[in-house]
Amino acid sequence: MSPAMSLTAIGLVVAATIGIGLFGLRISRTTSDFYVASRAVTPRWNASAISGEYLSAASFLGVAGLVLVNGADMLWFSVGYTVGYLMLLVLIAAPLRRSGAYTLPDFAETRFESAPVRKICSCLVFGIGTLYLLPQLRGAGLALQTVTGAPTEVGAAVVAIIVVINVAAGGMRSITFVQAFQYWLKLTALATPIFVILIAWRSGDHPVGVLESLQGAGAEWAEPLSRAGGRDHPVYATYSLLLALCFGTMGLPHVLVRFYTNPDGRAARRTTVVVLALLGVFYLFPPVYAVLGRSFAPDLIGAGADTVVLELPGRIFPGTAGDLLGALVAAGAFAAFLSTSSGLTVAIAGVIDQDLLRNRLHRLTGGDYLAVNSFRIAALLAVAVPYLAFNLTGALSLADTVGLAFAVAASTFCPLLVLGIWWRKMSTVGAAAGLIVGGVAAITAVLVNVIGPPQGGWPKALIGQPAAWTMPLAFITVIVVSKLTPHKIPRGTARSMVRLHTPEAVDVDRGLSPLT
Amino acid sequence: MSTPEPPRRVRVTSPRTSAARRLAANTGTREIDEQTRVGEVYMNSLIQAQLRLALAVIGGAAVALGGLPLLFLLVPATRTFSILGLPLPWLLLGIVVYPVLYVAARIYVRKAERIETEFTEFVGRK
Repeated sequence: MSPAMSLTAIGLVVAATIGIGLFGLRISRTTSDFYVASRAVTPRWNASAISGEYLSAASFLGVAGLVLVNGADMLWFSVGYTVGYLMLLVLIAAPLRRSGAYTLPDFAETRFESAPVRKICSCLVFGIGTLYLLPQLRGAGLALQTVTGAPTEVGAAVVAIIVVINVAAGGMRSITFVQAFQYWLKLTALATPIFVILIAWRSGDHPVGVLESLQGAGAEWAEPLSRAGGRDHPVYATYSLLLALCFGTMGLPHVLVRFYTNPDGRAARRTTVVVLALLGVFYLFPPVYAVLGRSFAPDLIGAGADTVVLELPGRIFPGTAGDLLGALVAAGAFAAFLSTSSGLTVAIAGVIDQDLLRNRLHRLTGGDYLAVNSFRIAALLAVAVPYLAFNLTGALSLADTVGLAFAVAASTFCPLLVLGIWWRKMSTVGAAAGLIVGGVAAITAVLVNVIGPPQGGWPKALIGQPAAWTMPLAFITVIVVSKLTPHKIPRGTARSMVRLHTPEAVDVDRGLSPLT
Repeated sequence: MSTPEPPRRVRVTSPRTSAARRLAANTGTREIDEQTRVGEVYMNSLIQAQLRLALAVIGGAAVALGGLPLLFLLVPATRTFSILGLPLPWLLLGIVVYPVLYVAARIYVRKAERIETEFTEFVGRK
């Protein structure tokens, strides 16, 4: 791999991201109203943007790495990431858009009319965001290490600094165009090497036996439920993972913000359908890298499996062709880190700023500060905490860490949103109890994983993939506590239900809604 | 002061049918706004219809996707059975699942929009 070429490609991606961001900012300032501008976004553009923000380091590098090591069972990762949007579509897409909420705490506050529930949500957004940023930084470190040999801390620091500067300067704030660009860049970067390989093999020197790793003796790896890679209780792990991914997507902090740019509930649904198509196309490719990696980069199975996507082009095509393709893939990987981290940082920083920082700062300085600076400090905090955590924690694989973030989201925000939207007897106390019980259970599992997971057997399986027990626990808590506290059902529930469910074409009183 | 020109006569017409419908339509939204029993029934029927549809999709996904690990577990031959050189699990989880999800989403959206259109017709437009 040629470091110079890859670094140039990465530099171009960074420049393009910041450039488009700043340019977009100028446009959105000169057009009269930022929100009006963003609401003119068509479902197609919006879907590209959602996919661009969603496809993170875990999708771009992590899935291929996991499949390379652990085989067929890991295909569920990409399936789950996609099914998550189907669940989001049928359960919350349109009602959430109609709620008029811009962030998860906004939704919680308007639906449950409770400041404490809002506070809990803010803390959870911070927690899930940190857990999700961690693998992005690790991925960036790995990518830069593969390209230049620099230690992983350097790459992580580079992305962290770029993201903070970009977000603090306002360059990425909800600029749909940047994220949409990143999706197509990522897809191109991942697909081109595969097509080049296929064309090259068709025209002659066809290396026989690439698919052999999938068949016959010694192909235990290619079978599902095979315990390849030393995972116990594969059936439980598969179901638990599937549950976490299917129901965690809707609770990710950066996803909701994107839905706000849809003009109405109907458009939110249509956008989600396009997202499903875009994700489906993207996820065709990572398993191909894993299968090729089995033949061309077997040494990575032991260590550094997450770099298989970056290494493969150079291994298959020595020389300039490999260098060029390697540079393209490295650029795509950086696009993945930048888009997801920026989207997350904006979402987390917004919440820190609004709910945790601004009042304190106000008290501290006696009102003598600029609101923008509060957001900037929040952005710095939002990235600094995961960066510190990155330096302290061990080497969980990319997709595994992301899987844990999904598990926490599925055990906290999923019950809050699903029951909050469909169940009118949910009480404020029930909402708070569900968030706390689900959150504590899932976060404890995550911490045990990070500090030192149990050696094997059921404890390891239960802690490694907690969603199968933490998510039902959260749902049951909400339902039981709500039944016990019927007098705490928010008074405006009926009006909230009208707001969440009636189509925009019907002229009814939708009550207060914060941002519409 | 010049003599003001008389405004041009405009013929105002309104088909009786629409006027009648409007009156009926407005009551639907008013029932909802005033949170009467009837309004609650309207809202409940909308929410129930949408929820039933959502649960049908989730149920379908649970059977189709959730059934796969069970299939692999109970019928071990399916783990290695291959079509066109690709093992069945890879074919299903790597390729087939995505178009199926897309089609399911399309069907869902069509049905959900139909429910909303019917509701809108029923309680009345703006």
